[in-house]
Amino acid sequence: MRALLLALALSIGPALAEETLVTGLSRDDVQITADFTGSDILVYGAVQRNSPAPQSPPLDVIVTLEGPSSPVTVRRKARIFGIWVNRAAVNLGDVPNYFAIASSGVLEQILSPDDDLRHQISLPRRLAVTKITAESMDSWEFLQAAQRIGSAKGNYVTQQSGVKLAEDTLFRADFALPANLTEGDFTVRMFLLRGGRVIDTKEQSIEVRKTGIERQLTNMAHHQPLLYGILSLLLAAVAGWGASEIFRIWRR
Amino acid sequence: MQIYLPIAEVSVNLFLLLGLGGLVGFLSGMFGVGGGFLITPLLMFIDVPPGVAVATGANQVVASSISGVLAQLRRKGVDFVMGTVLLIGGMIGSFIGVQIFAYMTALGQVDVFVQLSYVFFLGFIGATMFWESARAILRSQRQGAQQIRRAHEHSWMHSLPFKVKFRKSGLFISVLPPLALGAAVGILSAIMGVGGGFILVPAMIYLLGMPTKVVVGTSLFQIIFVTGFTTIMHAVNSQTVDMMLAFVLIVGGVIGAQIGSRMSTRLKPEQLRILLALLVLAVSIKIALDLLLMPSELYSVTRLVLP
Repeated sequence: MRALLLALALSIGPALAEETLVTGLSRDDVQITADFTGSDILVYGAVQRNSPAPQSPPLDVIVTLEGPSSPVTVRRKARIFGIWVNRAAVNLGDVPNYFAIASSGVLEQILSPDDDLRHQISLPRRLAVTKITAESMDSWEFLQAAQRIGSAKGNYVTQQSGVKLAEDTLFRADFALPANLTEGDFTVRMFLLRGGRVIDTKEQSIEVRKTGIERQLTNMAHHQPLLYGILSLLLAAVAGWGASEIFRIWRR
Repeated sequence: MQIYLPIAEVSVNLFLLLGLGGLVGFLSGMFGVGGGFLITPLLMFIDVPPGVAVATGANQVVASSISGVLAQLRRKGVDFVMGTVLLIGGMIGSFIGVQIFAYMTALGQVDVFVQLSYVFFLGFIGATMFWESARAILRSQRQGAQQIRRAHEHSWMHSLPFKVKFRKSGLFISVLPPLALGAAVGILSAIMGVGGGFILVPAMIYLLGMPTKVVVGTSLFQIIFVTGFTTIMHAVNSQTVDMMLAFVLIVGGVIGAQIGSRMSTRLKPEQLRILLALLVLAVSIKIALDLLLMPSELYSVTRLVLP
């Protein structure tokens, strides 16, 4: 871990800003096995300085953890002839399937709207830049709905004061990845702020991959679909016949 | 104990899945329905994506149907001639149904179309069966056990050409009505993503006049092939068959199917029919309420699967 910190520190080179971030992750890959029930990720780091820390404005840290993005369709139901049917639909270009944000204070107080816009830090900002293909008068409501549904499912998480900041130098943030993970590269973004302005950012990625039987089944389903289908049927046939035989013997 | 499903990409409780499989298998063995109309909504309810629920449900129905057919076979409850005729009709119907499905998808209203199909067909069949079997039970109670069992009265069927002797069913009728029935069920099963047993069973009893004891086995025989075809189609076209999910459902399902088919011999045919009618009605009312009541969340999010 120390070697990692050192390597990170060296890779930054001579600091341009007065205060910079040095960061690390407890793990850079997550393996999804058959009994996968989620994973804990610790993001930690330190603030590197050339001179003593200024007293004000206050120092803050925001950490976001974002899953792979893909296009989604958001539909809204409306009542037609007494029944509720999908009526309006909006296609969103790329929406992360997981998004967690942790901050050392209340987000609205420590992050200025300008810098949120520039770095797309918060989830509403992050979603606002997504390409909306079926433009509609109230597409903003569809964006909000996507956010609301994601939060209700536990895929979008906000941890106010989820970043523990010690002595304005060391920080850590804990994330609990849910069991319903999709494969892909997760991105960790870390922002160092003073008085609402971002003064340094760092980005690292975590590889989430299926392993073992999960990996083999997924590969086969995608690369040899016909064989996979036949195998599924065979499994069904053998199980159906087997159970029938077992019961027959048992009954005697 | 949680288990992560590789294709569905969700983590679910192993025992909940076993229970679901067992329940559907039990119904399958008892009534001769594949259970597709139950397993698909149930899987979606536990957050399995709809595409995976339909495809994997079909795979599970194959297993429980095979198990059910073998149990029925031993008590000579399968009419293979009738089953084959129904199956040929079913394949033709399934082909037509897929075209209709594609057309409704292009119109963008396939969800509602499917739901309305469920409400209409399940509601109609459930209500008809309930009415008929309730009357049969009342009649048998009033008159005691002495009841004249008359083989169907539909004389128009005897005037059609291409007559075939269906020995197991004790029928000598034209192949055209069963072919047409198979085709109608094939269309519906392609649209509704089910094997079609809940339509086939009552139609065989009331339209073709088949005796109840061969109806269950013959229906299951036809369902094996329809759902087997569906499984392969989904595996190849959309890669939505989750073998791990199917395996767990099957283990529960085959046990349930055996218990169910044993139970079916203990109950009177009209009792069996009234229970199936109530089940079918309950599902249709549930779907009707979903359509009629204002949903708590008006919006829904569908993630496009990346290849």
